[in-house]
Amino acid sequence: MLTLVYSTSSLPGRQSNLSLSLSRISLLRDLADQKFESHTLAYLTFVSYHRGNMHGRPRKAYKPEEEAASAAKAAKLRSLQNQFMSNHHAKIYTKEAIDLSTKLLEINPEAYTAWNYRKLAVEDTLSREESNQDLVKSVLDEELKVVESALRQNFKSYGAWHHRKWVLSKGHSSVGNELRLLDKFQTLDSRNFHAWNYRRFVVELTNRSKEDELKYTEDMISKDFSNYSAWHNRSVLLSSLLAKAEGFMPNEKIPDEYQLVHDAIFTDEDDQSGWFYHLWLLDQTVNVETPLLTSSWPSHAGCLNDSSSSKLTTSCSESGSFPLILYFNQAVGGVSSSSTVTIDTELKGNEDVVWEPVSKKNSHVSCVWVARLKYISSEPCFGKEYKVKVKIGNSPGIVSSRGCNFSASYEFVFTAHVHDTVEESSQEGIVSWTDGFDIWDAESKDLNALATLDRSNAQMDSKWRQEAIAEEIDLFRELPDSKIGKLTLARLLMAKAMISDDAVKGVHYNEILELYKDLMALDSSHYQYYKDVHSVALLRKVTSSTEDLSGHLFRCRNMNNSVCLRLNNLSLSRIASVEKLLFVQMLDLSHNELHSTEGLEGMQLLSCLNLSHNRIRSFSALDSLRHLKQLRVLDVSHNHIGEHSVDTTRYLCSSPLFNSEWTRDEVGRQMPTLVTKYWDAYFVLRDLNLKQLDITGNVIAGDVFSSFVLRVVPKLVWLDGKKLEI
Amino acid sequence: MSDLPPYPPLDPTTYDLIIVGTGVSESILSAAASSSGTSVLHLDPNPFYGSHSASLSLPDLTSFLHSNSLSPPPPPPSDTPDFLSVDLATRSLYSSVEIATFDSSILDERHSRKFNVDLCGPRVLFCADESINLMLKSGSNNYVEFKSVDASFVGDSSGELRSVPDSRAAIFKDKSLGLMEKKQLMKFFKLVQAHLAAAAASSTESDEGAVKIAEEDMESPFVDFLAKMPLPPKIKSIILYGIAMVDYDQDNVEACGDLLKTREGIARLALYITSIGRFSNALGALIYPIYGQGELPQAFCRRAAVKGCIYVLRMPITALLLDKASELIETGGYKGVRLATGQEIFSQKLILDPCITVGSESMSSLTDQQKETLRVLVPKSISSEGKIARGICIIRGSVKADISNALVVYPPKSLFPEQLAAIRVLQLGSGLAVCPADMHVLYFSTVCENDDQGKAALLSAMSTLIKPQVPENLQSDSAVENDTAEAAKPVVLWRALYVQAMVKGEFGGSISSAASPDGNLSYNELVESAVKLYEQLMGSEELFKEETSPDNTTEEENDGGVEIEA
Repeated sequence: MLTLVYSTSSLPGRQSNLSLSLSRISLLRDLADQKFESHTLAYLTFVSYHRGNMHGRPRKAYKPEEEAASAAKAAKLRSLQNQFMSNHHAKIYTKEAIDLSTKLLEINPEAYTAWNYRKLAVEDTLSREESNQDLVKSVLDEELKVVESALRQNFKSYGAWHHRKWVLSKGHSSVGNELRLLDKFQTLDSRNFHAWNYRRFVVELTNRSKEDELKYTEDMISKDFSNYSAWHNRSVLLSSLLAKAEGFMPNEKIPDEYQLVHDAIFTDEDDQSGWFYHLWLLDQTVNVETPLLTSSWPSHAGCLNDSSSSKLTTSCSESGSFPLILYFNQAVGGVSSSSTVTIDTELKGNEDVVWEPVSKKNSHVSCVWVARLKYISSEPCFGKEYKVKVKIGNSPGIVSSRGCNFSASYEFVFTAHVHDTVEESSQEGIVSWTDGFDIWDAESKDLNALATLDRSNAQMDSKWRQEAIAEEIDLFRELPDSKIGKLTLARLLMAKAMISDDAVKGVHYNEILELYKDLMALDSSHYQYYKDVHSVALLRKVTSSTEDLSGHLFRCRNMNNSVCLRLNNLSLSRIASVEKLLFVQMLDLSHNELHSTEGLEGMQLLSCLNLSHNRIRSFSALDSLRHLKQLRVLDVSHNHIGEHSVDTTRYLCSSPLFNSEWTRDEVGRQMPTLVTKYWDAYFVLRDLNLKQLDITGNVIAGDVFSSFVLRVVPKLVWLDGKKLEI
Repeated sequence: MSDLPPYPPLDPTTYDLIIVGTGVSESILSAAASSSGTSVLHLDPNPFYGSHSASLSLPDLTSFLHSNSLSPPPPPPSDTPDFLSVDLATRSLYSSVEIATFDSSILDERHSRKFNVDLCGPRVLFCADESINLMLKSGSNNYVEFKSVDASFVGDSSGELRSVPDSRAAIFKDKSLGLMEKKQLMKFFKLVQAHLAAAAASSTESDEGAVKIAEEDMESPFVDFLAKMPLPPKIKSIILYGIAMVDYDQDNVEACGDLLKTREGIARLALYITSIGRFSNALGALIYPIYGQGELPQAFCRRAAVKGCIYVLRMPITALLLDKASELIETGGYKGVRLATGQEIFSQKLILDPCITVGSESMSSLTDQQKETLRVLVPKSISSEGKIARGICIIRGSVKADISNALVVYPPKSLFPEQLAAIRVLQLGSGLAVCPADMHVLYFSTVCENDDQGKAALLSAMSTLIKPQVPENLQSDSAVENDTAEAAKPVVLWRALYVQAMVKGEFGGSISSAASPDGNLSYNELVESAVKLYEQLMGSEELFKEETSPDNTTEEENDGGVEIEA
């Protein structure tokens, strides 16, 4: 029935499909807390339902006489095309030449060049005869006629629709007939997205009211609720009506829309269109356009106590600074100390702190922003307590990638204790993941101070949202026998957990996990998607309360009692809830099913990371670790690195073909062969400041690779459990 | 009709087949026989086409119902030297005829030509039914134009009409069904569709993976199958009476005259489902011919005339002519008929209108062989064939706002506890050219055991839909009653109530009898019996086998009219 268009084609008709996929992406991202990955879209193929006039017709093979006819037609077309091209090149715009292009377009409405030629011809006439209003009008009317007959031939011709838009935007023709023409085409094929796309254009041009158009979509939907295009147009119209907020309040309108889409879903749950619209509604219910601050490190009223055993510790002594982390619910830009964020502290030398987005190179937006506060300045400051006050959003400037302003101002205060630090020798020893861990005292107040476990919902008018979601959950519990029903229920429960108060939060996680387990068993072709969202739900559950979290938290004696989170053996396939784990210094993710470390870039305090026994296939999958300036210990043993020469799952990341940077740096010049061979390892490892690396149990491991690593990571002390001779 | 000049004598005087009566069955037979090269003389005693399936003006309808209730005029003396002549009698199919005029302006001259009221209403065509197929096959579709019936409803004693959710879009739009009910109903429709697809596929090749309804379910009562699905009672009732058009109460096995099997139930749903969307410009499953049902027999007659059939209206036959030498066994001794003009016309075979009979006194003098020849003309006891109570109301206003052409079904027991069978009501508006612009015609029917029972049921349905009105002479003191709920109801201007006897068609060798209109909503059973009779008459020859008229492939749109195309 519909195919999702992924190409970023600039053809005029593609926008409608594309924009929907974007809105879905944003929903998935927000629900799943992680960047969207292409395989998660696989659920689209769940159901397909063929109806309507123009769909699902098998193609018939040609008979010999038809083939002969088509050959004759092709010959005629070719000669016509040749004549036309010579006219085009010679810039001949006589009536005969234009008529020739008309003939060509009548046979082949897809001849884009012919449309462009006609545009030039019209421009030519207009430039000479601008004052002659009647002539201009008749020329343009002739164009409209040609387009109409071309559309009769093929009403899916991009060129023809585009040409019509072009003619109308000249402003000399009457637009009164356009809706009537469209009605004709939409009767023929009510889902033709060209027609719908053009309809939006005409509506814009004629200032037809959005309410009327909304009514029109309702009529079309009640004629055939499989009309995906009508549902889509409805979502577009509602988005703009709700944004204007004149008589269209989301808390009134969205529940009504749920009622409408229920009729579609419950009448025929095998039809995709309703489910798409439901997903869009859920997105509207759960997400607010305006960006919010989800968490920060240190959290409000937190107490930073450098090198003290009883209090929280940051081992940031090497650089003489510690990080400040802001975590937003969506990617934002414009975080800067000069205007949007002010830091008020007695610590000297922090007057012009630099905020950096934790994201891919050259990107100015990110969910995570980091600044480094210096605490060693010209004058000694040990043994003192310093209050730090951070104010965010006092003046506008923090803007989401969709263009919404961070509007609520937010302020947090914490205290930093600075002690004289003695670098313990044990830190130079090998870090072991097997012993030296103390169980966390669940009653300890430290944890409460550490974990910012609740997100502030104060900025959302959440009551109607909660009610709407609760109603949906009750309803979809009645529809348990279909895959899409289960998936929707799981998503709803997840949404409920996201926007609920603390009291009811966490209750649903076990149900969500069960649903995803069922789905993994029921629908093996989308196993990986369910696996990923299962992981997200599991991590949400773990981080939902201090009780749950404390079971996974330890202190590492050998590492100055660093905070260690152990999430091993949970069959996690992706990482989530990082915003609640900003305080973690050691992270054990061994014995999971991770393919990538995406998401970990937010854990700026991380110094030790265990990824052994996962499914990492290349060093590019560790790309996000490059942002972890304090990472010293990395265990990627027993993964799949090097099994595949080209990691096809991650082909979009930088590679030597697109990047000539390495030829300019020193190591690259010294050993070009190795760098070419291990380019993905090179790009990650050269940015890490590792002291200990474990790589055994990977195909890539071996003497050649070890010698390469030694050159790229000069500060390395331990490789594969052996101390290096320096 | 007596003012008209007498006919000249007919020539030729010998035919393969003589048909008397121009009802739907007779017209199909005449068109089919003419098309296959048989010479046919088609007579009708009435001055109009259609006999019991005609559409008439109000005075004509009144006089037809009444004249048929009266005993026929005494036959002229019969005395023929060459043949044995048997006098024919006419029995009336109609009893308890009761006609009331509440607003005499309706009979005014300005209205009189605007009414085309059906004798056999309520009746519609399913887009995919046999009568449509036959019209397409014979080419008679060129003479009729149809319009869609806009909506269909199921009603109850509260007066509320609930629309029948008969398609995907209708289920989606329905406000009275709960979400789970929508889901169950759609699931059931999908099962039926899958079953039909599988059945169609398995006729060509065996397909094991296909969803099919189990064979033992097909033999079980449909009502049990629906309960097993499981469908709630409300939906069960909609499917049984609103879609499958079942007559008798399926939940009451003892009282039920006809317990529908699942196989038949599925077949009826299949007809309904395939009807929706068969013609791109027909909205629903049901269509109705513009100018009334009488157009249908006329269309077949026109087809027959094109193929050489000779038509004479206003021509009763008075007697049958039998060979005096009764040894001729294969023809059964039948020779021909004597017309009311006294002329004698001869044929191989004869098909008679169901109301033509032979009086028992005429039979007594015949030999056994001759009795055998005439057996189909001996009246059976009516009660064994069943009766249909019919009602016609001309109303001002509509039973449902904004909807002109609609079907309403009252399932058994929905109006009163003793209601035995479903009552069907069809409202038609001026768009179909059956009545003046500000009025509607309502047709009522229900099968019944006796006249009183049937009429009581129809009156109950009438009082639910229409504001009761006292006859004109009492109207002055009726102004007092003015209920607000009643005020919105339409007002009745004219009403007819009658009970029609149902006569089945019968093959009798050289003399056969055609079927009278039945109690169904569609023509399916009538067509079926006509086809069967044709096969018996002509051997196993197929109807209209080589007919594909070349000019019915073009598509025309005529102000919302439905042109059926092959």
